[in-house]
Amino acid sequence: MDTLAQLAHGFEVALTWQNIGLALIGCLLGTIMGALPGLGPSNGVAILIPLAFTLGLGPTPSMILLTSVYYGAMYGGRISSILLNIPGDEPAMMTCLDGYPMAQKGMAGEALSISGIASFVGAFFATWGLILLAPQLVKIALLFGPAEYFALFALAFMTLGGVSSTNQAKAAFAAAIGLGLAMVGVDTQTGVPRMTFGEVHLYDGIDFLVAIVGLFALSEVFVFLEHRHGASDAAGKKVEIGRITPPWAMVKRCIPTMLRTSGLGFLAGVLPGAGASLGSFISYSMEKRLVDREGTFGKGDPRGVAAPEAGNNAAAGGALVPMLALGVPGSGTTAVLLAVLLSLNITPGPLLFTQNPDVVWGLIAALFIANFMLLALNIPMVGVFTRLLLIPPRILMPIVAMVSFVGIYGISGSSFDLMVMIGFGVVGWVLRKFDVPLVPVILGILLGNPMESNLRRAVQISNGDWGVLVGSPLAIGLWIIAILGFLAPIFFGRILRDRMKARRDDEGSIAD
Amino acid sequence: MSDRIFGAVGLALAIFYAFAASQIQESFLTDTVGPKAFPYIIAAILGLASAYIALRPDPEPVWPPLGRLVEIVAAVVALMIYAQVLPEIGFVIATAFAAAYLSWRLGSKPLSSVIAGVSISVGIYIVFHLILGLSLARGPFGF
Repeated sequence: MDTLAQLAHGFEVALTWQNIGLALIGCLLGTIMGALPGLGPSNGVAILIPLAFTLGLGPTPSMILLTSVYYGAMYGGRISSILLNIPGDEPAMMTCLDGYPMAQKGMAGEALSISGIASFVGAFFATWGLILLAPQLVKIALLFGPAEYFALFALAFMTLGGVSSTNQAKAAFAAAIGLGLAMVGVDTQTGVPRMTFGEVHLYDGIDFLVAIVGLFALSEVFVFLEHRHGASDAAGKKVEIGRITPPWAMVKRCIPTMLRTSGLGFLAGVLPGAGASLGSFISYSMEKRLVDREGTFGKGDPRGVAAPEAGNNAAAGGALVPMLALGVPGSGTTAVLLAVLLSLNITPGPLLFTQNPDVVWGLIAALFIANFMLLALNIPMVGVFTRLLLIPPRILMPIVAMVSFVGIYGISGSSFDLMVMIGFGVVGWVLRKFDVPLVPVILGILLGNPMESNLRRAVQISNGDWGVLVGSPLAIGLWIIAILGFLAPIFFGRILRDRMKARRDDEGSIAD
Repeated sequence: MSDRIFGAVGLALAIFYAFAASQIQESFLTDTVGPKAFPYIIAAILGLASAYIALRPDPEPVWPPLGRLVEIVAAVVALMIYAQVLPEIGFVIATAFAAAYLSWRLGSKPLSSVIAGVSISVGIYIVFHLILGLSLARGPFGF
């Protein structure tokens, strides 16, 4: 009951004209960003953070705007998957498998609306999951001391490489680079400058917003330049939608699938390092095994569209649980959302729920509102979004680059930060070339300082005994999970990735 | 081969980082761990990961042909010039040039890239400055 009262209070916070307006703008922008190949949820949110920041929005409105973008992108990714067989963002990859065949059969409209409904169901249940699970996690987190926090941060890094990276050494490399960059600046505990090489601009440390926008958004521009991929993928293809209301029988047939995959996707999202891509993948695989008796999956089965979409939207909601309750994000986009909170001087984690209940519950209420808006936007207005697919990257990418510059320049007004951002863009491009994941870099820059200060506090309290780091059952438990999380992908990750790839290959060629 | 070079560079970076950490001046008022310990740990992880990458390289990444690399370098230079001249000549002019350049290099025809550049610049100016009130770089003409 307590929870419901707090949720009701959250709705009071969220239901102002400004917040509703921001949620609507966020939903629209998010859907567009999700739909356009080359602009995923993490770079979408990344280029908007500095803007939210310079516009002087408060913490709650900023979070409402940006999480609406996040949810919206999860909806939008499916549009180009279904119509063009090109995933708009990574989690929408699995939606191609049945979505595109449906479109070829002239059922694009039905595929879009079924996937829209599935997205809604997934996100709706995941938001409830967030409400129920996050406060429980907070109770556990309140038992954490500095040593446990240090172990938790280590866990986040060790599991984040997870299934997404091909090589754990490269994930560790990325994390070390991020942590190393976080050390730049004046040490908060003793006041000595570190790694600044006498450059005054570096005394404040490296602004993580500059790093994020450079690594995500600018490096994307370089990738497009590398391939001179300037023409729109939709050009020359006929994009016909047909009827946009699915027959009730089709919806009914998909309901059990949607419910099952919502649960599964949510769990995948809560686990650190898994994220929405895994959520949609295991959802699709499980449903194929469970209900595909006639062998229609992969040939345009509506359930094959509903499963990954419910799964990835539920995972997106699930990924918010560790981010809000522990302050440790489990995926790339939630890492970027963590940056938003940090830049607004709000420390996520257990204390967030007691100190800033307005932010938490306002945000949760806004997620419900955004979800209804997205359903309304995505079914009748889907035709408008499909037009946007015709925008070629040769127009889109310059916009992305210029908006990135506007945002960063707006924060500091210094050319130095812009140069640093370009540097990060180049580094991001090189790291991508070497298949080094970028998310651990971001996470390192964000969490480096809290991680270090927890380490120092823990050892300080125990009078210099480093054994304190494994001094409690809770800490030992976290270390064990961390080590398992680091080792498991070495053995299982390859198999899973091969399967993901194999499934994509034999379901018809998908242009990357 | 690329991964071996990458690993070697990473290793050099780790050694450099450890050296830079050893140069941190400790103040007389310090905690038990001090400001150097964590950077040393990071340098160790960086070194180990780089060594592993160098010894067990992944398959070669697909490198773009030289022309494309030059393209990226040129874009980086263009953006750096943009960053430098932005406060001097103002947002609208600088951005129009930069956006037109990027659009041209991504395959627009010269005329349409000019149109794209100008419309992107003016569009951003209208949305972000006139509507949202964000302060953009002011040049000699005030925009």
